[in-house]
Amino acid sequence: MSSTKLEVEYVAELARIKLTPEEVNTFRAQLEIVLQHVERLNQVDVSNVEPMAHSFPIYNVFRSDEPQESLDRQAALANAPRQAQGLFLVTKVVE
Amino acid sequence: MEITSLTAHEILHLLRSKQVSPTEVVTALARRIETVDPLLHAYLSYDLDRALAEAASVDVGLPLGGLPISIKDLISVKGHPCSCASKILEGYIAPYDATVISNLRAAGAIPFGRLNMDEFAMGSSTENSAFGPTKNPWDTTRTPGGSSGGSAAAVAADEAFAALGSDTGGSIRQPAALCGCVGLKPTYGRVSRFGLVAFASSLDQIGPLTKDIQDAALLMDFIAGLDKNDSTSLPEPVPKFSANLDKGVKGLKIGLPKEYFIEGLDPEVDRAVRIAVEYLEGLGAELLEISLPHTEHALSTYYIIAPAEASANLARFDGVRYGFRAAGSEGLIDHYGRTREEGFGAEVKRRVILGTYVLSSGYYDAYYLRAQKVRTLIRKDFAEAFEKVDVIACPTSPTPAFRLGERINDPLSMYLADAFTLAANMAGICGISLPCGFAELGGNRLPIGLQILGRELDELTILQAAYAYEQSTDWHKARPGVGGLVASG
Repeated sequence: MSSTKLEVEYVAELARIKLTPEEVNTFRAQLEIVLQHVERLNQVDVSNVEPMAHSFPIYNVFRSDEPQESLDRQAALANAPRQAQGLFLVTKVVE
Repeated sequence: MEITSLTAHEILHLLRSKQVSPTEVVTALARRIETVDPLLHAYLSYDLDRALAEAASVDVGLPLGGLPISIKDLISVKGHPCSCASKILEGYIAPYDATVISNLRAAGAIPFGRLNMDEFAMGSSTENSAFGPTKNPWDTTRTPGGSSGGSAAAVAADEAFAALGSDTGGSIRQPAALCGCVGLKPTYGRVSRFGLVAFASSLDQIGPLTKDIQDAALLMDFIAGLDKNDSTSLPEPVPKFSANLDKGVKGLKIGLPKEYFIEGLDPEVDRAVRIAVEYLEGLGAELLEISLPHTEHALSTYYIIAPAEASANLARFDGVRYGFRAAGSEGLIDHYGRTREEGFGAEVKRRVILGTYVLSSGYYDAYYLRAQKVRTLIRKDFAEAFEKVDVIACPTSPTPAFRLGERINDPLSMYLADAFTLAANMAGICGISLPCGFAELGGNRLPIGLQILGRELDELTILQAAYAYEQSTDWHKARPGVGGLVASG
């Protein structure tokens, strides 16, 4: 397993979470302890072991491709922090 | 006697025989909450008018007719708040019912109130709620466990007849143990997750927290089963749990995993659980020592897989379609970063960062893929054990309730609170916690939980074993003296 040098600022940027400098320092210290613990998994022999993403092997679950009941527009917009003319308002994306 | 001290099946009996009305039941519950909840903070909110309106028209002839069931704040109930105890969802109103809620409503139950929890179910003490912690009803200087701490505290303090929680790594069973009630985590896929706000989708399950085993079985009768809205729900037939509890444990093979009776286990927990399993032996069960060799790696595996899935699931909180949005942002990336900075609490940020890290380019194989392989080995441990035994018995939590603030700044010690519960989530099997004694600590009695784990889809056997134990002991009848009203019995 790789080094525990966790670049908190970079990873937080990937996760789209701004952090204060104090949070960066606290999280780095706390998560390095967690990662050290987690690295004990290096001791486990996993050769020839299949990875598992789910408890049960369910593959594809199909239904017929027909319209089903869904939320109406008003209900879907009801929790939006900003909306206008029946649409979600987003922050400007292009300059 | 206060009717709020009754179990769900007892109150249903009174409702059906018209000795109480649904309105009286809801009113009594609200009065109990007014008395007790200022001390505990198990509820984030409840809408008494709405509950009374539903009580006025409910059919008491239905199997759960008129029974208020309290709901952890991450299960959608149409028209009710669903904040996941997070600032980022403060004010969010669920636009539809979760499948478990539609099922309970169809049986006549009244979804009641929003129960406190660790934010997005991330935590083991309910201290990570953005709206303040819940206190343990047995000692209000201690945590109720978590993340379903509000559910467990409310049931234990008679301010809920029964509750729904969710369990991703022990979040039903561990608080049930610490508060002295019953908590069942069903087999993965047994209960629909539709309408449950996702934390770690391959581990999450909804389940009941109740005053006794009969009530846990009763709720399972209605929440379990295939749902077309959850493609991971299982098409297996659902037995009528509540009608088949009285089987006894004669000849039942109970495995005791040696890896769970280790140094670091609280001596009073160790003693209570050993006495409990000997008691089951006295009732006719056969005890066998077994080994689950990868137990020591379960915690590490969990704290890779669960944060990885959480980092993906929580990407949806972007301040656009619902929830909190930070004001005054400069551009889209700044909008995301600030909304999530201000909206998420510390533990959620930590886990999203950890999860993003273990999935990021260059680290994926070393962490996430390796953890998925160890998960296979953990599942295999259980499969092999269940070739020799019918159920597995062990402590639910390594310690009784810990103090508020004791572990909050030390994530690893908090994570260790789930050491005995999270392997079941990774294997996908079912498990239950039930009261089996008390530890004496600082002049207070603190409940201890016995955990019984079962084969996948074999909730019936663990319920039967738990029922046999419960029916010949009195632990489940003990109630904390909080709020000056002590239950009879």
